[in-house]
Amino acid sequence: MSEAFTPVDPTPTNWRDPAMQKRIRRRYAAERRFRLIGLGAVSLSAGFLAFLLVTMVANGLGGFSRTELRLEVDLRQAAVALSAAQLAGPNAEAALAEVDFEGIVRAAADAQYGRRGARIFSPAARLVLRDAVRADPGLLARPATLWLPADSAIDQAAKGHGTPEATARYRQIEQAGRARTGFNTTFLTGADATDPTSVGIWGAVKGSLLTMIVTLLIAFPIGVLTAVYLEEYARRNRWTDMIEVSINNLAAVPSIIFGLLGLAFFLQFMHLPRSAPIVGGLTLALMTMPVIVIAGRNAIKSVPPSIRDAALGIGASRIQVVFHHVIPLALPGILTGTIIGMSRAFGETAPALMIGMRAFFASPPGGFDEPATLLPVQIFLWSDEVSRGFVEKTSAAIIILLAFLLAMNGLAIYLRNRFEKRW
Amino acid sequence: MDIETTTAPKMTARGVSVFYGANKAIDDVSIDVGREHVTAFIGPSGCGKSTFLRTLNRMNDTIPSARFEGRIELDGEDIYAPTMDVVQLRARVGMVFQKPNPFPKSIYENVAYGPRIHGLAAGKAEMDTIVERSLKRAGLWDEVRDRLQESGTALSGGQQQRLCIARAIAVDPEVILMDEPCSALDPIATAKIEELIHELRGRYAIVIVTHNMQQAARVSQKTAFFHLGTLVEYGETTEIFTNPRMTRTKDYITGRYG
Repeated sequence: MSEAFTPVDPTPTNWRDPAMQKRIRRRYAAERRFRLIGLGAVSLSAGFLAFLLVTMVANGLGGFSRTELRLEVDLRQAAVALSAAQLAGPNAEAALAEVDFEGIVRAAADAQYGRRGARIFSPAARLVLRDAVRADPGLLARPATLWLPADSAIDQAAKGHGTPEATARYRQIEQAGRARTGFNTTFLTGADATDPTSVGIWGAVKGSLLTMIVTLLIAFPIGVLTAVYLEEYARRNRWTDMIEVSINNLAAVPSIIFGLLGLAFFLQFMHLPRSAPIVGGLTLALMTMPVIVIAGRNAIKSVPPSIRDAALGIGASRIQVVFHHVIPLALPGILTGTIIGMSRAFGETAPALMIGMRAFFASPPGGFDEPATLLPVQIFLWSDEVSRGFVEKTSAAIIILLAFLLAMNGLAIYLRNRFEKRW
Repeated sequence: MDIETTTAPKMTARGVSVFYGANKAIDDVSIDVGREHVTAFIGPSGCGKSTFLRTLNRMNDTIPSARFEGRIELDGEDIYAPTMDVVQLRARVGMVFQKPNPFPKSIYENVAYGPRIHGLAAGKAEMDTIVERSLKRAGLWDEVRDRLQESGTALSGGQQQRLCIARAIAVDPEVILMDEPCSALDPIATAKIEELIHELRGRYAIVIVTHNMQQAARVSQKTAFFHLGTLVEYGETTEIFTNPRMTRTKDYITGRYG
């Protein structure tokens, strides 16, 4: 212990040596360079995101508005065999379905806009008229001025994308004070249609929601229980290693493979109804489950072992430890993983194409076993249409899809912050 | 290694060996834990004293690679017998851990959890009584009586450890095992825990693992010295510290190694 300390080189380090100064400068330069590269990467991705959002909003906002044309309608002259009493009765819908609203619109339009006047009205005009009568039976007894949606060509002309003829026609109508821009309620409440002014997103949204309910009900409990079993009960051996590798691989399998699996198993083997949300939900559940298992296992792993010890140490059984302590503490992580898995499933298109959720359905699904389509599939279908009117509808649908995804991810962040416990 | 005890010992261990895989952590340890004593286990790090402590309430069962040999009795009952209910055993042989580990729940819930899962309280009033009595015995009542609904994790380290002691005694155990309960605490909090151990002696058989030899000398009546997985010496604390029989014990106590 008494040996004297002898440095190898007795000359003291010269911190002012030019070589040393140069090294220091190089170190700072490297740091600055790295920061700039990082900043560049962030701005580039922010730029892409901004570009996406701006184009979507610029193209899509038009989808939420529509051009409406004024039409004077007198249902008394149109000899409608419908009374206000009938509309108040139980068979109102059947009675409404009897009425030839299309003919009424055509006659009135031809009278007020000249020959072929009906052509400038959207096929949805009769539905708007029908809804107006349903809402106000008084229309049966007096002449009224209604604003009905214009045909796609006129609508596009109003939005500045029209053909020369349509634009000229629109100018003429506008100067007569017979055109206005209104909010496109049909887009939010309707289903798919052949005519861009009549299409709505609600059919696809409802199909997506029904599908997501099935996915959540299947994937969440199975995924969480799998995660709990693998983390808390299963012994580490070759079998659990194999299961772990399989689950990790499943999470990376392309979604179209799951679509083929759904087609082969749920449709061809189990004979479940084609194109139905139940099949879509089951297929997407297969895809979402591995994500939930992986997120759940990580969340359970991050619960400190001392908490398990504490509960075991006062005589809690394994299942009490899991359900009283581990799962409540892991829940924020499990929920975050679940929502991220669900939002991925929400935006999934390929599996739905494989199980027939891509056909044309003109009304929203009534239940889990009725034909439906999904929001991203609807976007895919509309993007295939040539008509200019569908371009803005596609973008508008994308805006709605992004809004849903944003809301789901926001919910995930909220849940994580709200329920996260610190110790 | 016999010690005369006036009454039958609370726990007896005979020929206990513990293996982690192929690694032998405890080699043939036999020891008696007195009914009204504080028994201290001392020894250098990695000597197996904590491992041995955890065999006394079968906490080692939770480690998949751990294997047990030998026999441990609680009041003459083999705790490794297939008929023994581990859940009940751990209620009878409570444990306090090295790092304070309150549940991230309210102070009240921390104490009430054990009685609740064992069904020890018939109603809210009875539970309140148990919680109050346990916190009083753990010397924490006066500090927390007005904030029982606050989180247990918001307490200071020493208070958390006393909360853990209250949680352990709430299920009315017969033995309390303490695994280095003061190693994460400052000297003042340590003094409080030591005082508490004094007060709990007699009501519960207490076994404490400690790194701190002064602490062992202060709180215990019996001391066992472990080294390299074997029990080197076991006897009256005063004897061990003033007149150890084995050289290894003497070397450790005088700070030759450890």
